[in-house]
Amino acid sequence: MSDMTLRQWLLTDAPSSRRHARLSSFYKGWLNLRSNTMAMVGLGILVALVLAAIFAPWLAPHDPFAQDLGNRLAPLGTPGHVLGTDSLGRDILSRLIYGSRITLYIVALVALLAPVAGLLVGTVAGYTGGIVDAVLMRITDIFLAFPRLVLALAFVAALGAGIENAVLAISLTAWPPYARIARAETLTIRSADYISAVRLQGAGPIRIITRHIWPLCISSLIVRVTLDMAGIILAAAGLGFLGLGAQPPSPEWGAMISEGRRFILDHWWVATMPGLAIFTVSLAFNLLGDGLRDVLDPKDEGK
Amino acid sequence: MSVALRIEGLDVWFGDGRDRVDAVKEAGFEVATGESFGLVGESGSGKSTILRAITGLARDWSGLIEVEGKRIEGARRDRAFFKTVQMVFQDPYASLHPRHTVDQVLSETLSLHKLGDVDARVVRLLDDVGLGAKFRFRYPHQLSGGQRQRVAIARALAGEPDILLLDEPTSALDVSVQAEILNLLTDLRAEHGLTYLMVSHDLPVIGHMCDRLAVMKDGRIVEVMGVEALRRGEAREDYSRDLLAASVGA
Amino acid sequence: MTLLEVENLRVKFPTRQGVFEAVRGVSFSLGKERLGIVGESGSGKSMTGRAILRLIRPPGIVEADGIRLEGRNLLDLSETAMRKVRGQKISMVMQDPKFSLNPVMRVGDQIMEAYLLHNRSSKAEARRRAIEMLEAVSIRDPERVLRAYPHEVSGGMGQRIMIAMMLIPDPQILIADEPTSALDVSVQRQVLGIMDRLVKDRGMGLIFISHDLNLVSEFCDRVLIMYAGRVVETCAADKLHEATHPYTRGLLNSLPRLDEPRRHLEVLQRDPAWAEEGGA
Repeated sequence: MSDMTLRQWLLTDAPSSRRHARLSSFYKGWLNLRSNTMAMVGLGILVALVLAAIFAPWLAPHDPFAQDLGNRLAPLGTPGHVLGTDSLGRDILSRLIYGSRITLYIVALVALLAPVAGLLVGTVAGYTGGIVDAVLMRITDIFLAFPRLVLALAFVAALGAGIENAVLAISLTAWPPYARIARAETLTIRSADYISAVRLQGAGPIRIITRHIWPLCISSLIVRVTLDMAGIILAAAGLGFLGLGAQPPSPEWGAMISEGRRFILDHWWVATMPGLAIFTVSLAFNLLGDGLRDVLDPKDEGK
Repeated sequence: MSVALRIEGLDVWFGDGRDRVDAVKEAGFEVATGESFGLVGESGSGKSTILRAITGLARDWSGLIEVEGKRIEGARRDRAFFKTVQMVFQDPYASLHPRHTVDQVLSETLSLHKLGDVDARVVRLLDDVGLGAKFRFRYPHQLSGGQRQRVAIARALAGEPDILLLDEPTSALDVSVQAEILNLLTDLRAEHGLTYLMVSHDLPVIGHMCDRLAVMKDGRIVEVMGVEALRRGEAREDYSRDLLAASVGA
Repeated sequence: MTLLEVENLRVKFPTRQGVFEAVRGVSFSLGKERLGIVGESGSGKSMTGRAILRLIRPPGIVEADGIRLEGRNLLDLSETAMRKVRGQKISMVMQDPKFSLNPVMRVGDQIMEAYLLHNRSSKAEARRRAIEMLEAVSIRDPERVLRAYPHEVSGGMGQRIMIAMMLIPDPQILIADEPTSALDVSVQRQVLGIMDRLVKDRGMGLIFISHDLNLVSEFCDRVLIMYAGRVVETCAADKLHEATHPYTRGLLNSLPRLDEPRRHLEVLQRDPAWAEEGGA
């Protein structure tokens, strides 16, 4: 099959099998996304981040934990240490590369926990209505009313510092907005004719919520999660900075800034380099999220 | 002749207390098995609400609804009801899930009705409604309005019901497509021995499709007449006569 | 006398599969008459109406050898000059009043704004004219309607308000795009009657866009039948039932009729030749 015919096969309006239909709609979405340059820049940065995390042992010039007190606080461009070294003489570039693993770990965990919890609460509340809706949404309101970082702090203080607890704490504060979005979407979807139609086939509420409402809510949640990722990375970094997230000597970016802050006036790069890394990845998530919104927004479907 | 659907003293309302709106008041009619019965009226006359009360989509109602001799209560319907009564909605652009292919829609319906041999049945359903297997894996946005409505009809037929409730099935379609869909409905009724209860604001469409009809106004049934009387313009009530005059364009 | 002359109008939309032409070379002229444009959805009839007012949004492209109003080519006008044409010279009534009236503004303020936009005069004068105009569209209680919000009026009343609003700047041409499709049949006639009377009294030209053949044949003087972006047939409205083009015949025959019961309706057999240029 030549390139041209594969493209035609993917762009067809008359798919011939389940797989074909799915691939074809996926490809059309990809074409939409590809036409958005900024989103592609974001995606590129994130792919690079993932690759860096996977190939960290090969990419990193040094062991991220190896101390060299004789060569501490080396400036940028020092031979062998492109981004300099920190207060214990550890290579900053290597630590950043290994740190991408932790960042991705946090991002993945939060992305698995918060939106799923939000989706569950929001769709159940929206579809069921009445007293269930009232109770679930008031709980959501209570979580929304807490200052985010304070709640996370209290949580980590209770469970002890560490990455997993930091992630849990962040998820705990991140799910309410997702519940709100999912509920709002559900309210418009549940009165649609296609939901009535499947009810008339005898479908129960669980099937309707999971098979019919979730697929329509998920796209807007994905967009929202991507846009929120920046905030989540920053929150994780914030907890790390406060000493409540990743613990030394782990090369978590927030913790690295925290360590570097003592030397910020004389040796600015120690805190700045991880800061730049956080900034770049957050920006990439935002750009991608914006692009995804254009592709996934179900309101534009079928035009 | 046996009665497929009997409705007596039906009241349907929305809201409570001060906000209560009575959409249907004291409606009553019977549809014989195999008959095609029409409900005509302008918007807000309550004609669609009757269908929604029968199917349980409108929760608050009182009176008597009997389907094939079995009395229906409240808003819950059992599996046997859904095997007997199915509905086709007005707007084919809103009645298909935007992220489900035709295949998903029909397969899910078949599995909900606990019917086996899904693959063969999906193909046969598509053939029945004149679409053919090549439409099987399309998404709704790859279909025209008429094709969507055919899929919706196939979905309604999947559980092999006896009674089909048709809620303005062609009012969102072009006239040439309307003709195709109405012909399809005529043929399906003959083939499957279906009973139709059809709602429309369009008197000629009802006149074409139905044996008898009820004219509705402000939630009440104004009069019930045979289609022959309608063709001869023999409406008893003033309102039906006005409606007839406005539709024919006299 | 010719009010508007449209020559070889084309509306194009670039898509991934190539350029889609919604309107493909439509030409007609409009005098002080009621011109109907009939067609099915996707025939390009609404696009034609919008293209005349240059209301097609990018990436849509409008091309024509000329859309001439009083000898001026509308395609050459700047956007500012075009804004003056809209409303003052050519007005447009859309399908659903629910979407064309501003929901958070009182009806009266909207009508008065339409007047003040095109006339230098006092608010009191605008108000007087608004009441006059509402009376002209057979609204019995204009003072009350002026104070109402759009959601407080019925569909038929809303559409009459729209007509009043569109006619208050005294345009020469009114484009009505399915003005009664969202209304019940009994209200439909009433609204059409009002529009008809106003257009006649003021010596305006009317372009009436509709999918309803019977309505157009009753209500217009001349009818253009559009198919796939082209005009396939033009005929006098009262002779519509004698139309010759197979598409027009097919449309007429596919309508169910109370006086001619039959088991199956005639189904339109589409001929690809109808869509081709120079065909028919």
